[in-house]
Amino acid sequence: MDDTARRASVLPGRTQEHMLVNAERERDRRGLDDVFIVDCDSHLYETNSFPEIVRRVRNRNIRRPLETMSAEYIQGFMIPQSIGDRSVGGRLPISQMQHVIDASDMHPIAATTLHSMDSMGIDYTILFPTPMLNLGLTPQIEIEIELGHAFNSWLLDDVLPCSDRLLTMPYLPLGDPDACMQYIEDFAGRAGVVGFMITAVRYEPFHRNQYMKVFAALNERSMPIAFHSGPNWFDRPFTILGRFLGVHALGFPFYAMTHLTNVVLSGLPERFPNIKWIYMEAGEAWVPFCIARLDNEYKQRSAEAPLLQRLPSEYIRDMYFTTQPFEEHENSAHTRAMIDIMNGTQSLLYASDYPHPDFDTPAIIWDQRCLDEREKRAILGDNARALFDLPGRVAVPGGSPARAS
Amino acid sequence: MKPAEQEATAAKEEYMVGPVDDVPERDGLLVDVAGETEVGIFKVDGTLYAYENRCVHQGGPVCAGVLLGKTEQHLDAGGRVLSEDLDDSRLRLVCPWHGWEYDITTGRVAHDARYRLRPVELTVRDGYLYVVV
Repeated sequence: MDDTARRASVLPGRTQEHMLVNAERERDRRGLDDVFIVDCDSHLYETNSFPEIVRRVRNRNIRRPLETMSAEYIQGFMIPQSIGDRSVGGRLPISQMQHVIDASDMHPIAATTLHSMDSMGIDYTILFPTPMLNLGLTPQIEIEIELGHAFNSWLLDDVLPCSDRLLTMPYLPLGDPDACMQYIEDFAGRAGVVGFMITAVRYEPFHRNQYMKVFAALNERSMPIAFHSGPNWFDRPFTILGRFLGVHALGFPFYAMTHLTNVVLSGLPERFPNIKWIYMEAGEAWVPFCIARLDNEYKQRSAEAPLLQRLPSEYIRDMYFTTQPFEEHENSAHTRAMIDIMNGTQSLLYASDYPHPDFDTPAIIWDQRCLDEREKRAILGDNARALFDLPGRVAVPGGSPARAS
Repeated sequence: MKPAEQEATAAKEEYMVGPVDDVPERDGLLVDVAGETEVGIFKVDGTLYAYENRCVHQGGPVCAGVLLGKTEQHLDAGGRVLSEDLDDSRLRLVCPWHGWEYDITTGRVAHDARYRLRPVELTVRDGYLYVVV
């Protein structure tokens, strides 16, 4: 043994201190702390917080039984499940994906999220739930209305006040337009609210007249609305697929395409011109397809979409799309073409989807050879800054300013 | 897809890891080298392999991932799937961020052999293992 040799340190268990150590290195390699970055779709795992959330359920007859249930029971039996092995047969350590910070001075979900943001060089994040993304599938509408409202209240009262860098788009229970109106009244003006979110895995034909008051209320407030997508293996077309890979690949864009098509063909952008439409967690490769497909159909069947004053593609190019999962083509010219077709340098909004296992760090955008620096900065943060009217850069690793009262 | 940028090192230096027998068979060690880089050292059938702990996809901590045999499906003459199993003679290193798989013996991406992990030089002297970075 050479006593004079420099020593390498063995990391116990072949594990790092936390799952984003390498993200910090990639951030520093690229100088991303000097880039304004908005993560337009990140997540929290609300399961452990169900006791805090259900205390905020307004209806006593719904709150009382929920208070007797464990968090696992609520997640397993009160919220519809999205089946499919996210861990790829145990290859991805889902439960270790995020380093949980138990801070003494703020809610652990806020502290945990801020740690992840700092590791990736993110200035602002827009937070969404995880299991409750399936709440729109419950046939028990009163559960959706009460749990959704309680979740929004909890997030806005207990988590977001910990830092100005934490934002959200509150859940909307679209199945009940009257409840949506109450939600908009209750949450639209709250600090940290930059729009509203509709879970895309749901089946309301929202072009019908009973839903128009919801869109009118959002239009009046110029509030963006996001359709947050997901997979649903139980949905009939997907039951022919034998592996989750196929369900995951097609499910997210399927629901985004369905809702986008309905928004455009029913003329909602003409009726409610102040609404900014956002499609989340479906990637972007589907958008050029929809542009070509809907334009072609519209030219042959325009009588079925009489409210349109322009081609469908022109409405779509005015919409917004979060980047994750960024579907990079092998040939960067093809990636560039995809971005150009959808007006992506102005319409794409960076999203990490962290801590979900197909997350993207900001480097995925920064490393695109087909984009110049101004375009990279636009997608990473400047487009979101303009869309959500956000102030300038605030992130300082190690520092998390509290929201001013 | 593109390889993560690979920085050249000006001058290589040796860092001692410990007794070479400490590297477990069909598993490995992850070592921090001077706080600058991390190296995964693996042993398969008695042979050592070492790679920088940086996935070519998004820079993830690939050497902290699981080692598993390649998944294989076995068909009959009629094209029917008879079985599916792991081929333990062909070990894959799986990045824990996004599941990209690598042939542990070559460091090459399983789905695209043009790309590979950056190999790291190892030396063994007097029963002790050194990484050279």
